[in-house]
Amino acid sequence: MAFGRRDFLAGAASAGLSLALPREGLASGTVTLPMENGRRPLVAYPQKRPLILLTPRPPQLETPFSIFDEGVLTPNDAFYVRWHLSGIPTTVSGTAHRIRVHGKVKRPLNLSVADLRTQFKRFEIIAVNECSGNSRGLFSPRVPGGQWYNGAMGNARWTGVRLTDILAEAGLEDGVRQIRFSGLDKPALPATPPFIKALSVEDIIDNGDVLVAYEMNGAPLPLLNGYPVRLVVPGWYGTYWVKMLDNIEAIDTIDDNFWMSTAYRIPQTPGNTVKPTDTGYKTVPINKLTVRSFITNVKDGATLKPGRRTIRGIAFDGGSGIKAVQFSWDGGATWHPTTLGEDYGRYSFRRWQTTFTAVRGKRYELACRAIANSGEIQTAVPVWNPSGYLRNVIETYKVSVS
Amino acid sequence: MKRIGAAIVAAASAVFVLGATFGTVKVNLPPDDVKFKPGPGRDVTNANCSTCHSAAYVYTQPPLTRAQWTAEVTKMRTAYKAPIADGDIPTIVDYLMTQNGKR
Repeated sequence: MAFGRRDFLAGAASAGLSLALPREGLASGTVTLPMENGRRPLVAYPQKRPLILLTPRPPQLETPFSIFDEGVLTPNDAFYVRWHLSGIPTTVSGTAHRIRVHGKVKRPLNLSVADLRTQFKRFEIIAVNECSGNSRGLFSPRVPGGQWYNGAMGNARWTGVRLTDILAEAGLEDGVRQIRFSGLDKPALPATPPFIKALSVEDIIDNGDVLVAYEMNGAPLPLLNGYPVRLVVPGWYGTYWVKMLDNIEAIDTIDDNFWMSTAYRIPQTPGNTVKPTDTGYKTVPINKLTVRSFITNVKDGATLKPGRRTIRGIAFDGGSGIKAVQFSWDGGATWHPTTLGEDYGRYSFRRWQTTFTAVRGKRYELACRAIANSGEIQTAVPVWNPSGYLRNVIETYKVSVS
Repeated sequence: MKRIGAAIVAAASAVFVLGATFGTVKVNLPPDDVKFKPGPGRDVTNANCSTCHSAAYVYTQPPLTRAQWTAEVTKMRTAYKAPIADGDIPTIVDYLMTQNGKR
């Protein structure tokens, strides 16, 4: 099982997982993620295969990392889930749902999914959705927050309507600075700030690929991923990809609600990194994805068979596209080129592959680093910030050969 | 707006097709079976914390220091507006330290 796909499955549980059909809501095994308090149940939520359960209420589910080795697109039933507020509708009508476009617009709209499908140009894009806190559990020193390993991300083909087309139909008034978005989810307490995110008009126009999406990999979105429509902000962290989108509001101010002004902020320092003892630095809202790459067919601590071994993985960045991925077997002392897979667009996972010769009895430190078209490159020095965002250090897996 | 108005009429004839793929989706989310474990302060913690989130939010954290747990509980009150009484904060923090504290 040197190249096994079991991905941290606890021994006894993994055997059961491959045999037993998942039963919705029941744990079908456990995994132990490589972090203190990293033991998690695998649970099949509605419309989902068994995923790594971080929290049941509100639901947060992580994609087992082995899934990323199976193809460039992440299947809908394996796609990670992250909600902030426990008031999630469990019954959603795709026909009754309306998206209100209002605020500082000349022609307010009230759009159904059918309107989106029949009255606007259909647009499709493959893009990575990565949670801002993906890999937070690997921070050192550790930080509080959702303790994800590397599976709070996914890559899907999103189909929908360009946000700019909707805004053109509504007609922005002069002086509009931001568009803000919210969905059907509600806090348990009325006083808790509702989940609202905002994008500046210039960012939406610069990134003309922002979508109001009604399909994910050619099918309606799973409810837990935002059925019937969600915002898709290619190249930007998942926090902006508002699920069950029902509210688009044009404002002539900079939104200062909790989820923009306090939460989801990164240090405005070089590399967005600080020391744990630093205070008093300025912050900005989190925005574009950092460049990352992963080996997907070998896990840390694996034992390889001797001989010529294929190593493969994925890479992505915040929308410039991947220029190259390099591979190292000596912990980054030397780097070697890899072959990039098919290009599915600059926002997509890019697969890569190479080979190396594993000699019996030797130990290796396998690592990969991606270079983006923007010039951004992964380094060996991890980013640190108190919210646990933006991790993109070179990931190194120690393996032996026998 | 005329264009949009027409869309709704046009969509009516396609209701069957649209309904097939964009109908009503109903799910039953599994119950939250992660509970706070017995210990001094559990009831106060349950009463203040469990309205909004699962106890898994506590047990999946790395062990946190008293200062970190205090900051978390305070954040629940200031940022998320949980109505936690002043007198309950030390009880909750003490309990969290017994459950997942770093000393």
